[in-house]
Parts: sequence; C-alpha cells; structure tokens
Amino acid sequence: MSNIIEHLPVLQIVVPLVAAPTIVLFRNSTLSWILAVLASWFCLFGSITMLNQINGGGEIPTYLIGGWDPHVGIVYQVDIANAFILTLLSGISAVVFVYARTSVRDEIPEAKHHYFYAALLLCFTGLMGMAITGDAFNIFVFLEISSLSGYALIAMGRNPKALTAAYRYLIMGTLGGTFILLGIGFLYMMTGTLNLEELSHAVPHYAETSVVRAAFAFITVGTCIKLALFPLHMWLPNCYTYAPSVVSAFLSATATKVSFYVLLRAMFMLFGAALIAQAKIFLSFVIFLALIGIFMGSLKAIGQDDVKRLLAYSSIAQIGYMVLGLSLDNADGLTGAIIHLFNHALTKGGLFLVMGCFMYRLNSTKIKDLAGIGKKMPLTMLAFTIGGLSLIGVPLTAGFISKWYLAMGALQAGMWWLLVLILLASLLAVVYIFRVLEAAYFGTPEKEHDVEEAPFSLLFPTYVLIGSTIFFGIWTEPMLGAARKSAELFLSSGGAL
Amino acid sequence: MMILLPILIPLCTALLIQVLGRIASDNVRDGAHTLMAIVNFYFVLQIVPLVLNGERPEFFIAEMLPGAPIYFQVEPLGMLFALVASGLWIPTSVYAFGYMRGHHEKNQTRFFTCFALAIGFAIGVAFSGNLITLFAFYEALTFSTFPLVTHHQDADAKRSGRIYIGILVSTSVCLLLSGVLSVWYLTGTMDFTLGGIIAGKVDDPFIVSVLLALFAFGTAKAALVPFHKWLPNAMVAPTPVSALLHAVAVVKAGVFTILKVSIYIFGFELLSSVNDWLMAIAAITILFSSCVALTLDNLKARLAYSTISQLAYIVLGAAMANPIAAMGAALHIVMHAVGKITLFFCAGAIFVGAHKKYVSQMDGLGHKMPWTMAAFTLASFSIIGLPPFGGVWSKWYLCLGALEAGQVIYLVTYMLSSLLSIGYLMPIVARAYFRKPSEHDEEHVHEAPWMCVLPLCITAVGSVLLFFFASPIRELLLPIFEGGVQ
Repeated sequence: MSNIIEHLPVLQIVVPLVAAPTIVLFRNSTLSWILAVLASWFCLFGSITMLNQINGGGEIPTYLIGGWDPHVGIVYQVDIANAFILTLLSGISAVVFVYARTSVRDEIPEAKHHYFYAALLLCFTGLMGMAITGDAFNIFVFLEISSLSGYALIAMGRNPKALTAAYRYLIMGTLGGTFILLGIGFLYMMTGTLNLEELSHAVPHYAETSVVRAAFAFITVGTCIKLALFPLHMWLPNCYTYAPSVVSAFLSATATKVSFYVLLRAMFMLFGAALIAQAKIFLSFVIFLALIGIFMGSLKAIGQDDVKRLLAYSSIAQIGYMVLGLSLDNADGLTGAIIHLFNHALTKGGLFLVMGCFMYRLNSTKIKDLAGIGKKMPLTMLAFTIGGLSLIGVPLTAGFISKWYLAMGALQAGMWWLLVLILLASLLAVVYIFRVLEAAYFGTPEKEHDVEEAPFSLLFPTYVLIGSTIFFGIWTEPMLGAARKSAELFLSSGGAL
Repeated sequence: MMILLPILIPLCTALLIQVLGRIASDNVRDGAHTLMAIVNFYFVLQIVPLVLNGERPEFFIAEMLPGAPIYFQVEPLGMLFALVASGLWIPTSVYAFGYMRGHHEKNQTRFFTCFALAIGFAIGVAFSGNLITLFAFYEALTFSTFPLVTHHQDADAKRSGRIYIGILVSTSVCLLLSGVLSVWYLTGTMDFTLGGIIAGKVDDPFIVSVLLALFAFGTAKAALVPFHKWLPNAMVAPTPVSALLHAVAVVKAGVFTILKVSIYIFGFELLSSVNDWLMAIAAITILFSSCVALTLDNLKARLAYSTISQLAYIVLGAAMANPIAAMGAALHIVMHAVGKITLFFCAGAIFVGAHKKYVSQMDGLGHKMPWTMAAFTLASFSIIGLPPFGGVWSKWYLCLGALEAGQVIYLVTYMLSSLLSIGYLMPIVARAYFRKPSEHDEEHVHEAPWMCVLPLCITAVGSVLLFFFASPIRELLLPIFEGGVQ
C-alpha cells in the first residue's frame, strides 16, 4: 500500500492523461464515457487517500519525475492545500462525468463524442496538474493544457454564439497565460530555478528588485484574468452561458477555483511577506476590486433573462467573495476564502447541473421558458431551490459556513463596514434566486408545454452535488479542518502579509 | 436522543405526507397528519417530567463551526414553547382538514408538507442550545412557511410573499446575523447561559445597546414597529396557516427568541442598564397597532394587528428585565397563543360557513353560528385579560413586573391596551349577538363543518382551563428566575 501512496501523486496526472488519447482511439461514445468516469473515480480515490493521509498527520513523499534532482527536474508535491484542491477537482469531475452521458448525447452530435470526452479529460488533467505540480514552468504547461481543451469544449456548444464566446475566452486566456509565463520567466532570470520550494526561499532576497516586482505584477494579473476577477471578467458570462451544460458545470466548479488556488500559492508562498508588506495599498485595492465584483456581479445577475447567464454573473460575485477573503490579511478571512472555494464549487456545479436538466427537457434556460416549471419538474426545481439557498448562504447549507468565516474575517480585520457590505450583498443573492423561484412556481407558461421530470441519470448526479451542499453545511469538520490548515500553511509560509 | 424526536417527527411527517399524497387518498394523508401530531405531542410530554426535575436533556448533532455546534438543549422556556407549538398542532391539523376540504383548496399535499416542516423547525427553535442553532432554525422556519403564505399562487400571494421574505430575511441577515456574529466575536461563546454571557466581556453601554437593537429588530418575527408589515400581509395565507403559524409558531418563535436572548445572552442585570428605548418601542408598538386594529374592517387583518400588539406585550415584558415581568412574558406566550388561535379558527370558520371576511357583515352571526361565536367570545375575553380566562394571569404578572421595574407608565400602557382590545374585539361580539341577520344570511349561513368547529371549541375551553391550571406552567418556569417570583 505504501508503494501505491508513494506513486499516487504522479498517477493522479498519468491516468487521465493516458486515458484521453486512448478515448480518441476507441472512437466509441459509451466506451469513452466509461473510461472518463473510471479515470475520474480513480483520481477521486487517490485524492481522498492522500487527503486522509495528510489530515491524519502523515506526509506524502515528494515525487521526483524521472528521478531527476528537484533543481533541474519536475517535482510533484502534495501538501494539505493542494490535496484539498485535488479532492475537490476529482470529486466534482467524478459526479459531472457520470452526468455527462445523458446530457452529452442530447447536446453534442454522436460523431464528436469521443473528442468531447478526450477534451474533457485533458482539461481535467490540466487542472489537476496545476494543483499538484511543484514546478513553476509546469504550472504554465498544465494551464495551457486545461485552457486549450477548455476553449474546444466551450466551442462545442449548440448555439453559434458559443464560438465567439470561446474565441473571446481564447484571447483573454492566452493573454493571462502569457502574463503568467512572463512572470515565471522573470523569476527564473533572477533566481535560476523553477522549483517552487526553492523559489520561495530565493525570491525574498530579490524582493527589492523591479524584476521581481514585475514578475509579481504579471503573475497576479495573469491569474486574475483566468480567475475572472472584476474587471477582468468579461470572458466569463458568455462562456458559461453558451457552453454545453456539462462544460458549464465542470468549468464553473473547477477552472476558476484552480486559478484562485494558483493565485493563493503565488501570493503567499512565492512572494510572501517580503513583497506584499510593501504593498498594503495593493491589498486595499484588491478589496476594492473584490467589492465591486461582488456588487456588480450580483446586480447584473438580477437583471438577466437567462438563468445560466444569471448564474455566471453570480459566479463573478462569488469570486469577489473569495478574493475578499484572501485580501483580509487574517486566518479567518483566508479560511473563508478557501472554504468558499470548495462550497461554491459544489453549489455552482450543482446549479449548472440543474440547468442541464432544464436544457435536456426544455431546450432553454430562459426565465420566461421556466414559467410554471415547478409543477412539471418538481424534483429538478427543488434541487435548484436548495442550491439557491446555499448560494444565498442560508444556515445549514454550505454557503453559510463560508459567509460566516468571511464575516468573521472582516471583524478580525476591524472592518465593521465590510461586515455590513457582505451581509447586504447576500441579500442581492436572495433577489436573483427568488426571481427564478417566483417564475418557476408562480409563473404561467406561455404555451402549455408537455414536459416531464428530468431522467434519473441526470437527477441522481445533480442531487449528489446539491445534497452535498447540505451535508457540508452541517458536517463541516473534514473540509473546514483542511481549509483551516491550508490557511495556516499559507500564512505561516510567508509570515503574515 | 429523546429530545430529537419532537423535531424529527414533524420532518418525517412531511416526508410521509409527500408519499401518502401520491399513493393514498386524501383522507388517509390527513388522518396520518393528525395522528403524527398526536404522537409528537406525546413525545414532547415525555420530556416535561425531566425538565421539571431540573434536568437539561441535550443532544449534539455536529460541530458546524469550531466551538459553535448544532446542538439542542431543553430548558424550561424552550419546553414551554415546544409544548405550545406541538400541542396546538393537533387541533390545527383537524381544523386544517375541515377547512381545506370545505374550501376546496388546491395543492393540499404541498400545504400539509410545509405545515409539518414549519412545526418541526419551530420546535427546533425551542430546543436550540446555542445562538447559532437558534438562528439556523429561525431561518429555516422563514423559508418553510413561504410556500404556505403564497399558497394561492396569485398576484396577491406573490406580492405578500415578497414582503414576507423581504422583511424577514433582510432583517435576519443584516441585523440578527450581525448580532450573532458580534456576540461570537466579542465573547467567544454562543451557549445560552443563565445570567447572560455578555456581562463582564462588553462594558461599553453603547455597544450593548447596539447589540440589543440588532437582536430586537433583527428578530422581525416578533413584529416590532417598524418591521411589523409582514404580519398583516401574511394573512393572504389560508386560515389554518394564519392560526397556527402567524398567531403561534412563527411569531412566537420571534418573541421566544427575544425573551431567550434577554435572559440567556444579555442577562437581566446588563439588560436593565440599556433597556429604556426598547421598552418605549414596545409600548409604542402596543398602542399603535391596537389603534390600527380599531380601524380595520377585515376580520383577519384586525386580528393580525391585535397579534402585533400582543407580541409587543411579551417584548415589553422581556425588556423590563426583571423576573416577574419575564414570567409574565413567558406566560403570555401560552395564554395569547391559545386565545388567538381560537380567534383565527373562528375567522376561518366564519369564512367557510358564511363566506364573510368583514366585521361589518357579521350582523346576527351569533344566531346562525352559535358554537363559533361562543368560542369567539370566550377567546376575546381571554385576550382582553378578564377572569376567569388564562389571559388574566400573564397580564397580572406583566403589570406587577412593570411596578417592580418602577415603570408606572408601562403599567398604564398595559391597561390602556386592554381597553383598546375591548374596543376592537367586543363590537364583533355585539354585532353577532345583538343585531339581526339579514334575510339572505338567514337562509345561507350555517355552521362550518364539525371538523372546523370542534377544534375551536376545544381551544376556547382551553383558554378557560388555563386560568385554573396556570400554576404547573409557573412551576416549570420558576427555576429560570431563581425564586425571584413570589
């Protein structure tokens, strides 16, 4: 067993990476699906094993690829923070891939199925890789793998606008990727290493140089583009709206979350106290951007006609919450940001799966087409209601836990006014969720449509994610514990900001 | 485990109703509802002897936040509230059976499901062992009653639903949650402790006042002015909802929260240093809403404003920060619940039997609906606070409490309000008995179905019995006040 654990880090990447081309060789929809599901389940099993190991006080040995010395080779290093992210990623995928079968058959032409699953797996591999790798350049490589496959996935949406959405994302994403690469290049120039561990020791010595400052700027802005922090969010709404349902659910729950993780790691572990201490004004600026993101995203969400787009704008607001927690400068805030990353992934993933159910039955997610749907698809609508409550942050749902920590973080930082703003913003979520609920339960359909409840193969995975928002709202200990430990790890590695 | 049953049984009942609604006839479904209500009351009664013996049974669910678990503990005040909610669930379930049938309401399965859920959450509020659990169930109660308020699903229901959710959620999120967060931040604990947890940790009277305001206004279910508007608007709901939820479970969850917070979080000593403005607001609420009630012709709206004023009795009792007034406040939770539920039952029975909503149409009803109007009369006396009805005891303690606090002005408020309640309740009784029914009514008005009439007779008799059997309740509560009540 110990042998397997030793190799688990690399298997997390190798298994899906090998499965993807194999799928293309098979050229068969069902087989591809089975392989994708198996790969994601394997990764889930692996991640949970590693998380348990670390939570229990153990360690995962650093994996040297090809046995090369860390200074020249690539290492995979698993600690509490990325074990947490890996578990989230593979958990979401394990559910979404199961769901994909029925939804993909409905939304994507049969001939492209194997390409779809291959791209999905590649995207998954890239995201897992960004989380697990201990090498700065490797982060960029995996970022590009996940982004390129992501563009392809989004472009497979039925609506022709999916193409322009993907194109726009391509431009923005490439910009972001290039910025990150530039930043990494600058760091390499100064320190002569790409290993994250070594970088974190070396960078503080050069903190005063303008090259390192430029690297900081490039990496921060680059990840913020991928993360869709206001005002770099313009690519996001169209992507989530026009992508195939499975892709919306998958990307909304994973892609921005991993970018956020990279931002955390870069800020706390690479640059750390040395650099940011000089830049208090930078933190205030980030709080300001996060707040605008929260309010702009929520207000825009209120005005949307299409629920998928509404959820996309809500995502921008939620990303604002995470960045807010990051910039609060204390343990509670950072814990809030990390646990919100997890909780929001479950909630938003679940809600987009619900959208997939509507897409399957109604071919639309417009609010006016959802009028009166509460009677026709009660279970689907109930799932939306629960997910919506979690998005609002009602107690006993996962959303409450993150709001609680963010609010505590604001109090710890002595910012009473911020507490008020956070709570006010969650009222905006009440408004946009209830707009959908009112339409679904009170609206009268324009024409009597003859739809029935979504099939079990869609409902079951949906309820797994939606149910988990309640589960993790009550039995918070395992994930909250991991989030707290991650926050402590981040804060201790660079000293307090 | 035993104390979990009264919360779990209603939640399971909701599930059972969903299942029976699909596979069995309506009568089976509603029969099961009543049966479960009885079973639930039985299990609540099982806990009473324990609490009387001085035990505080508790149950731990999960460590939701480190140091702030989801956790239940039964103490006398919560016991009392759970008894009221679960006890009155039985007559209401029978009444709802008759009312929903007599009125040919749609979506009865959803109705009974949400109804059972709301009871479960109300008992969850009663048994909460700390602030965060209380807050969680308080919110759950809001959301589970939303489908009940908007039951008719028309434009009116939609508008009222918005006001309902709008006021209750925005106050609880912005004010109550801030209060809970601040208490946690300032004291590091959220457990209900006799004598309060804030004293000694926060000294600045300004901050204590702000905290008190966050709790008093954040608990909009207690309907203090200016956050009272949701209550009259919630009257679009079917009458059983108005009766049990908006006269008993929901609003009482509000005043219960305020009473509990004032005893277990602030403590009388600290509270008495900052309570001036809260007493004033409560007194204003009492007089203002009584006056509004005088002007209303719609019977349910009039009762709704009467409820607002009676709730403020309890808030005023809590705010006076002495054991006698608090005892009166706790007693008033029971006495008002039994009286007001009867009045609402009557309003619904009049609607079913005579299709009348307005006081001005009720001439001569006493001759055509003798049982209903008799019950209405008895319950009115109890609300006004005349002997021999239960309402007299709570008012007695509240008035004594006002004297104890040295606040003669609030004694006068209580007295004045009693006069006003005579003013808005007695004309209805007088019309019903001393005027002749119109010819049309002579032919078309009759008693509501027995399933509506029986429960309201039982609760009316209950309000008389409470006069004679108030002392067990007093004994149950006494330990909280450490012999401060003679």
